[in-house]
Amino acid sequence: MKPGRYGIYGGQYVPETLMSALIEVEGTYARVREDPEFSRRLSWYLHEYAGRETPLTYCGNLSRDLGCRVYLKREDLLHGGAHKLNNTLGQALMAKFMGKRRLIAETGAGQHGVATAIAGAALGLPVEVYMGEVDTRRQALNVFRMELLGARVVPVVSGTRTLKDAINAAMRDWVANLRETHYLLGSCVGPHPFPRIVRDFQSVIGEEARRQILEREGRLPDTVVACVGGGSNAIGIFSPFSNDDVRLVGVEAGGEGLESGHHGASLSAGSVGVFQGALSYLLQDADGQACETHSIAAGLDHPSVGPEHAMLKDSGRVRYEAVTDAEALRAFRYLSRTEGIIPALESAHAVAYALRAAGDLDRDGIIVINLSGRGDKDVADVAMIHGGAA
Amino acid sequence: MSRIEALFARKNPVFIGFTVAGDPDGERSFGVAATMVDAGVDLLEIAVPYSDPVADGPVIERAHVRALRAGTTLDDVFALVRRVRKHAPDLPIVLFTYYNVVHRRGPERFFSEAAADADGVLIVDLPVEESDEVAPHAVRYGIDRIALIAPTTSPERQHAILREASGFVYLISLEGVTGERDRLPPGIACLVGAVREKTNLPLAVGFGVSCPEHVRIVVEAGANGVIVGSALVRIIEEHSSDEAAMDEALATAIRSLRGGLVPDPEPDIPRHKRVEG
Repeated sequence: MKPGRYGIYGGQYVPETLMSALIEVEGTYARVREDPEFSRRLSWYLHEYAGRETPLTYCGNLSRDLGCRVYLKREDLLHGGAHKLNNTLGQALMAKFMGKRRLIAETGAGQHGVATAIAGAALGLPVEVYMGEVDTRRQALNVFRMELLGARVVPVVSGTRTLKDAINAAMRDWVANLRETHYLLGSCVGPHPFPRIVRDFQSVIGEEARRQILEREGRLPDTVVACVGGGSNAIGIFSPFSNDDVRLVGVEAGGEGLESGHHGASLSAGSVGVFQGALSYLLQDADGQACETHSIAAGLDHPSVGPEHAMLKDSGRVRYEAVTDAEALRAFRYLSRTEGIIPALESAHAVAYALRAAGDLDRDGIIVINLSGRGDKDVADVAMIHGGAA
Repeated sequence: MSRIEALFARKNPVFIGFTVAGDPDGERSFGVAATMVDAGVDLLEIAVPYSDPVADGPVIERAHVRALRAGTTLDDVFALVRRVRKHAPDLPIVLFTYYNVVHRRGPERFFSEAAADADGVLIVDLPVEESDEVAPHAVRYGIDRIALIAPTTSPERQHAILREASGFVYLISLEGVTGERDRLPPGIACLVGAVREKTNLPLAVGFGVSCPEHVRIVVEAGANGVIVGSALVRIIEEHSSDEAAMDEALATAIRSLRGGLVPDPEPDIPRHKRVEG
């Protein structure tokens, strides 16, 4: 079997110049996983600095409304406001162990950029973040946050000017600066070993959630739901449940509806292809060109998805559903009013699916929603959509 | 003997030019290729336009965008290759592509279609670890698979890559993406020397080669071929509104760049042209 495969998916489809860097990252990762000093330091950062563990909140109002028991895994309460810091602290610490002196990252919604900026500041590594020019406008608050944290934000004006082009730009930077730079990829996408590394660092979400629900309910949940763009928060919460009798549901960006062609649902509506280093599902045309995508949530606005999700879709272990912009917006307002928690528009997709699916569960049914991030970054955008009215 | 083999047997060093199929548009793309060949390109690399060309710098990326905006499809690319083949029956042609285009077409079908008129295929994002997906098709259809070696490629990987290489070997001069540079890195002679010890295949150097002086440096490093991309693609971009001026500028640039090849294999080029730069 070739390295870094999930079934047929994954692999290392990158220019030759990058291979030495991937081999170095793979070697370092294998070493640090066995290194107690690395574990000790990462654990310190996660607990004392980032605020783990995050709560698993029982939502009484939501549960009454939906007629089942609803829990939120509160990654929105992690330092930085999203699950992204689990991965950036891990990889930034790895970069230190590799002797790298600079971090680069891509960002869509800005959450991964902010989390990289935070990790870089905490660990004393300068950070440059590539961000599609379109995203710098729709996530202006996060641009300012990154700059406050000392990172340099580089707007990317090529291609569709969104996340995929930010990844291209970061890969180009990395190719030119391999020796001193670590590319801190933010999702479980890209060439091996990144999907594996990101999954492992994000699995803390599912490990905690599994333990917490067993403590609270004395049993496992019936359903675990998470939104899927690249898929890092989803793979993080799903992995520790993968051998359990628990229904796992990944929720993709349905945009204006799958039939409209304006969406980001690569698993629901795409086909198998190679994109940015990995074989996975991809939204592409007849010649293999990546399609323009759309989602109200910048973090889900991406034509491909992590290769492990592709395998989990084919095997049927995870069900993938799509939720439209309109449904996500309704869930965004609904959770804010019902529970006093403003979700990120990305996470609102998972909430929206739960609203749709709750009818299938009986009163004792337990559903865990991964609330991957908080919605402060989206408030201005949503206000604009609603004409300024909340 | 293949056209690539015959070329390197006949000429040393050779000048390799690069163009993106469909740049600046479908009709003028053939004119660009013909001009390049007529001006003295010994081997033509024709790139398949792709939406996410991660190995390329901004100049060539914009060429991919222009070609896709002009509606260039893979069928158009093969049609262009066919026209160039008719125009220059002995010219070696190498298709330069990103892997998803091959994957989407189906590797077997891609190679069978490419073999009709092209002599080699270079897949820029398919390292040797993944190349079993295409290797049998290249052999079956008798088309060379041009391998890439970077300055960062370890000696062990060089061996593995060279075991599968045919036609010629593409040496990447620098750590980075394609694009013009003021200076070439100092290690080119070392890279050429290290690979030369491991193979009898011709070695061509590309990435960053921007002017006659760079061409001279590459040749003096011991390479059998020099590949120029962005410096030619930029001319297309700058003259996209005036086809005659574009052809003239391309031909002038190619003649000037060829001046860096020593010894000069083109005795018909007047001596004063050679030192222009």
